[in-house]
Amino acid sequence: MLGIPMTTTVTTEAADEAPPARGLGIPTAWRPYLQVAPLTAVFVLFLVIPILTIVIVSFWDYDSVQVIPDFVLTNYQELLGSPVTWKIYLNTVKFTVLVWALTLLIGFIVAYFLAFHVQSVVWQTALFLVCTIPFWTSNIIRMISWIPFLGRNGLINQTLINLGIVDHPLEFLLFSDFSVVLAFVHLYTLFMVVPIFNSMMRIDRSLIEAARDAGASGWQILTNVIVPLSKSGIAIGSIFIVTLVMGDFITVRLMSGGQSASVGLMIANQISLLQYPAAAANAVVLLVIVLLMVAAMLRIVDIRKEL
Amino acid sequence: MTSKTPSMPSRRALLKGAAATAGAAAGSGLITGFPTIWAQNIKNVTLRQFGTGVSNLNAVAEKVKQDLGFTLQMTALDSDAVAQRAVTQPKSYDIADIEYWICKKVFPTGVMQPMDVKKIKNFDKIVPIFINGKLTPESKIAQGTAPHTVGFVEGKDSKKFAKAPTQWMTLIPTIYNADTLGIRPDLVGREISSWKDIMDPAFKGKTSILNIPSIGIMDAAMICEAMGVVKYGDKGNMTKAEIDQTLKVMTDAKKAGQFRAFWKSFDESVNLMASGEVVIQSMWSPAVAAVRSKGIACIYQPLKEGYRAWGGGLGIAKHLSGLELAAAYEYINWYLSGWVGAYLNRQGYYSAVLDTAKEFMSPNEWGYWMEGKPATADILSPEGKVMEKVGAVRDGGSFSARMGAVACWNSVMDEDRYMVSKWNEFIAA
Repeated sequence: MLGIPMTTTVTTEAADEAPPARGLGIPTAWRPYLQVAPLTAVFVLFLVIPILTIVIVSFWDYDSVQVIPDFVLTNYQELLGSPVTWKIYLNTVKFTVLVWALTLLIGFIVAYFLAFHVQSVVWQTALFLVCTIPFWTSNIIRMISWIPFLGRNGLINQTLINLGIVDHPLEFLLFSDFSVVLAFVHLYTLFMVVPIFNSMMRIDRSLIEAARDAGASGWQILTNVIVPLSKSGIAIGSIFIVTLVMGDFITVRLMSGGQSASVGLMIANQISLLQYPAAAANAVVLLVIVLLMVAAMLRIVDIRKEL
Repeated sequence: MTSKTPSMPSRRALLKGAAATAGAAAGSGLITGFPTIWAQNIKNVTLRQFGTGVSNLNAVAEKVKQDLGFTLQMTALDSDAVAQRAVTQPKSYDIADIEYWICKKVFPTGVMQPMDVKKIKNFDKIVPIFINGKLTPESKIAQGTAPHTVGFVEGKDSKKFAKAPTQWMTLIPTIYNADTLGIRPDLVGREISSWKDIMDPAFKGKTSILNIPSIGIMDAAMICEAMGVVKYGDKGNMTKAEIDQTLKVMTDAKKAGQFRAFWKSFDESVNLMASGEVVIQSMWSPAVAAVRSKGIACIYQPLKEGYRAWGGGLGIAKHLSGLELAAAYEYINWYLSGWVGAYLNRQGYYSAVLDTAKEFMSPNEWGYWMEGKPATADILSPEGKVMEKVGAVRDGGSFSARMGAVACWNSVMDEDRYMVSKWNEFIAA
């Protein structure tokens, strides 16, 4: 959106200066529209049409083998009327809040360390790249690697038993909410680190010096200067985390051993049983909830202004 | 396809292939007047088969290329995905390798065509379970979606299942087995003899059942019936009340921490067992073999209430015609002619035509896998790995002991939709 007025001015100027032959006879007023047309086409084709399709299908009827074009509200009635749905949504929100809080804490500390404690740019870049190393493998592999580590006869339990710290293996380590949150935090913390680090690097160092000269303590500098100026990064990271966790299904399934449910998993189950309209209705509800959460975050932090 | 320049096969290879196909075709009575052209054209045919992982074996595709000359492309998916794709993308496959309960869902949608049994050479030798539901004339017909109930339709263009065998078969049976619980004999510490043993408080947090609703509900029903807490009219077609009662029992057990996990894929079940996370769980036969191949003791425990059986077969997509249809019949006839049967039997499954498979197995293999006799030499897997040592006896014994003790078949119920929503509640509870 921001780009459009800028582009307009640039092209108008360019067109005025260019020889008439290069205009190809296209009226100047049309040119900006033609220039945004490719991107608009991509969005319409790959975003707007699919979402509209999902919304339309969510009103269709279905039986065990096929979907029937119709206009019925049963999908929404069954979805919103079932206590299971509410329980699953609540469970998903619980995961989201836990993961968000933990990744924010860890991500902020890591970014702070990189931005303010590491002085040399070379080391900053090197350490930042180190953070991305886990992303060289698939996130399914990173997730599954936890299973032998946390299991009843896994590395942690064996170590604890050999050291005499516990006498029974700790069962809560795997196939539990604990292991789900652990895997999420492991998978997604980088999504918090990157935007926060980015906004911290833009903070003018003289502001911190000024605060110190004015007698602010380290804590006061953190809360009054650094945190407010990192808000845009925190907001962007939070949007990543919330959308990723709210929509996840595979992490919850693998790490809870099928004992726990999330909205994504519920949708995946419905799709696998050919209940496309029910899955579509569920997807629409999930989309609305996630959009509301993102809107709430954007109300608190005006990302555009902060950038 | 047409834009590609076909590479010229050597004259000898061509003659050899043509002779093989023509020979096989002559045997199956398929030739309808264009044998020479066909024998050459059939090499350009590609049949796309999809189905569950169990029988989508690359070895079969390679052997088809070698024996029949045409190409078989295979795609393996899980059972839910198979049902989904069979119905929603009927043009994306030529041959569907599906289970009978999936067939009950898929065939009535009209995406497949029935097969003329007159063109199936070994039709008379197919195990009678698939024809009339009885292994021997005295057997009792098991509950659930028994294969013979969805094995035939009323006519060539019918979508309605026939009550008795007709000339038109929906699926040609290929592979089936009797499932039970797998146990770790070293860790259970006692005799396991009943489905209800999975609910023993001694195994709290060390059990698992599978999370595929249509199969999991049957295991749950076997357990509840063995516990004596639920009485069923027909486990394969439960009433709403029976579904509620069954899942109430399972939900209570889940909340009390009886289950360690619910598995959905083959490898998950292997890992749960091999790592010692669970000591007793629903399992499939090759998963037991996979655990044993790691040197870990695992038994596919026969239980007094009997087995939960499943079976699959090959069906032909509606859109297939002409040369491709002929190739599909050719493939199916070849499938029943013994080589694949022996291959499947050696994996611990059963093949539909036993007589032909026997010719491709050694007497020791036949004795071990089919007759429940102690192995007289090491038993090798189809890949040549040692599976069992001399003297080993198959868990559950002979073919007739295992398939004769089937209590129910995997099924689709009339209250399917209700069952699935209740199952999801159970998993979310």
